Amino acid sequence: MSLDINTKKAKKNAWRISKERGIGASRIRVPGGYCDAEILGMVQQIAQEYGNGYVHLTTRQGFEIEGIHLEDMEEVNKKLQPIIDKVGINQYDEDKEKGYSASGTRNVSACIGNNVCPFANYNTSELARRIDKEIYPNDLHFKVACTGCSNDCAKVRMHDFGIIGMTMPQYDPSRCISCNACVKGCQSLSVGALRMENYKIVRDTEKCIGCGVCVTKCPTRAWTRSQKKYYKLTIMGRTGKKNPRLGKDFLVWADEDNIVKIIKNTYDFVEEYISPNAPARKEHIGYIIDRVGFEKFKEYALKDVELMPETIINNNVYWDGIHFDNKH
Amino acid sequence: MGYKFSKDEMAKIFAKLAQDYDVFAPVVKKGDGTFSDVDVVRYDQVTSLDEIEFNKKSDYSFKEALLPINETLFYFTEDETTVPKGPEKKRLIFLRSCDIHAVKRLDQIYLDNKFEDFYYKRTREMVRFVLMGCPNTCENGFCASMGTNETNQYDLYIKVNGDNAFVDVKNDEFTETFKNGALEDVKPDFVKENKVKVTLPKNITKETMSSELFKEYGSRCINCGRCNFVCPTCTCFSMQDIFYKDNEKVGERRRVWASCQVDGYTEIAGGHGFRNDNSDRMRFKVMHKIHDFEQRFGYQMCVGCGRCDDVCPEYISYSTLINKLAKECE
Ligand code: HEM
Ligand code: HEM
Ligand code: SF4
Ligand code: SF4
Ligand code: SF4
Ligand code: SF4
Ligand code: SF4
Repeated sequence: MSLDINTKKAKKNAWRISKERGIGASRIRVPGGYCDAEILGMVQQIAQEYGNGYVHLTTRQGFEIEGIHLEDMEEVNKKLQPIIDKVGINQYDEDKEKGYSASGTRNVSACIGNNVCPFANYNTSELARRIDKEIYPNDLHFKVACTGCSNDCAKVRMHDFGIIGMTMPQYDPSRCISCNACVKGCQSLSVGALRMENYKIVRDTEKCIGCGVCVTKCPTRAWTRSQKKYYKLTIMGRTGKKNPRLGKDFLVWADEDNIVKIIKNTYDFVEEYISPNAPARKEHIGYIIDRVGFEKFKEYALKDVELMPETIINNNVYWDGIHFDNKH
Repeated sequence: MGYKFSKDEMAKIFAKLAQDYDVFAPVVKKGDGTFSDVDVVRYDQVTSLDEIEFNKKSDYSFKEALLPINETLFYFTEDETTVPKGPEKKRLIFLRSCDIHAVKRLDQIYLDNKFEDFYYKRTREMVRFVLMGCPNTCENGFCASMGTNETNQYDLYIKVNGDNAFVDVKNDEFTETFKNGALEDVKPDFVKENKVKVTLPKNITKETMSSELFKEYGSRCINCGRCNFVCPTCTCFSMQDIFYKDNEKVGERRRVWASCQVDGYTEIAGGHGFRNDNSDRMRFKVMHKIHDFEQRFGYQMCVGCGRCDDVCPEYISYSTLINKLAKECE
């Protein structure tokens, strides 16, 4: 019997139809790239039993099990269920034992974050999992990534939504011994927002990017992190064939709840304005904004969003980047 | 005299004590550690028993409750100076055995070192010490090696154990407060042995000064000063004269903790520094702790609390360095 496969459906089911006839690959989603090592054993078992024994660690922190015969798709989907359950991925009820419910909204990726990294300002994989829970399954093409600090190891500025951890440094002058470690640290590793006046530290609040370097350098806990966690939200970065661009700051000193709201609101915006001609209903959100205007985007994105007084919002955002599609 | 109370009774007595005394004790400061979502245990004023962290050794010692990190010595105008008031209330400081031994070192430097420091003295006279026991050794401490694991130099001993609290009163000032408790033989918990054992070098000579160990450890050190700032026995300070910005004829003089590991410590007029090289700073610190002080006062400065090893971001283990030095000096 010849292979008879609904490839459109298979792709939405997180399968890749490979260049080799009859062979596909199964993509496993791991939000935040953080999982129980037991998952590795499960992935290994599928790869060895159904695939060619190899796995690709995807750029978005999933596993892609290679070399699976497409006729085994259904059986492999069954094998995926314990992985989906253990990782905690949302699934429509009718999709139990049938693999992933969608693939358009990509895995929410993250740098290693404050589970491990001394620079990180929050638990990136935890936030990635929270966002994944809020936005997945969905077939619209959204890329979201979380990074612990302004070093941006997760390259979040290449994403539709990039979340960069910040802290509002808290200074207790009575603990400061004027050693200058924070001033030197901010100067050499960050933006040079600190200076000493009268043996105490002055922070240029306009310059400070909330990286937290001063906090890690201070030997006496004169600098500590704010109890509240802050984030920078960068928007509409992307790679690609037309107009690759870096994401730009939309909100600075923002909070987690509002960021989640804005991402969800943007789904409504895309539903409304996505081009009817978009191939496989995939159109980069940035291009949609280019077409309909930033004001329209803002109107949708900020619905029911009440920003904290300290949050800075950039009311107009313009992107540059390379225009491969626009050569004269 | 030893007494037993229920924890609730003890909490009430404590609340009363906190009215008569400013109580300083180790508390967990949520998220205030060096890294994100990491706590730090350090001293702060408390008003209830629950706030006190009895189990984990404080990351920063009790020292700041007795010897402020920043202390204004006087305010000046063009022709007058004003000395700020000292503490008006008596103070209770909760601390462990090694730390009580450290108080002796602080007293030595500030009260019995050819002069008496006015500021230290006026605070010190107001302080009473409450011993917290150590049922188990901490990670890096070596109090047993330094002979600081036990003490009887406390005013009170307080132990909370499940629903009960135990008190040993040594200072009559507190007899009235605790007299209603059930009499009980209360012996403080003292550690007999630590995981870390330290042998101090004997026969320190001029050659010891040029040991390669100081070069090796010095090259690893980043001069952050944490080892000194957490140490209960470091007493160095520097002076700062502040001229207020709005009116530079008015200001204040402060003394502020200093560290022999941090840049600027030996800097003099003209910009010369005497210990610019890290290995010199490392040698100086170690020698001060285990040799120089002892030469002058007849007993060791270091009390073996292990905080310097706990805190060093470069994993420099001072106790390991000493042990290696002892081997070299054999
Ligand atoms: C090249 C010239 C100088 C050298 C090599 C020098 C060297 C030193 C040294 C080694 C100390 C002891 C530092 C310490 O204990 O930490 C000191 C302290 C001091 N020097 Fe100089 N000095 C020089 C010039 C001056 C001048 C020109 C003045 C005043 C006009 C001065 C005033 C003082 C004072 C007041 C102290 C005591 C500071 C204190 O106790 O904190 N020095 N100097
Ligand atoms: C009458 C002559 C001198 C007097 C009264 C004097 C006084 C002092 C005093 C009071 C200190 C501070 C000690 C301490 O912190 O416990 C000091 C430190 C020091 N002095 Fe002198 N000094 C004299 C000569 C010199 C000379 C000639 C030199 C070098 C050529 C010198 C080099 C130093 C150095 C390097 C220190 C810092 C020592 C350290 O590392 O703590 N002194 N001096
Ligand atoms: S948080 Fe601000 S002040 Fe601190 S190091 Fe970063 S940029 Fe500098
Ligand atoms: S690092 Fe800390 S102690 Fe040193 S100058 Fe900065 S705030 Fe003060
Ligand atoms: S030198 Fe280290 S072990 Fe010794 S008292 Fe100081 S902090 Fe404790
Ligand atoms: S010289 Fe160094 S080791 Fe000695 S008391 Fe001062 S800061 Fe501490
Ligand atoms: S804590 Fe470590 S790195 Fe910092 S000054 Fe002390 S020995 Fe050097």
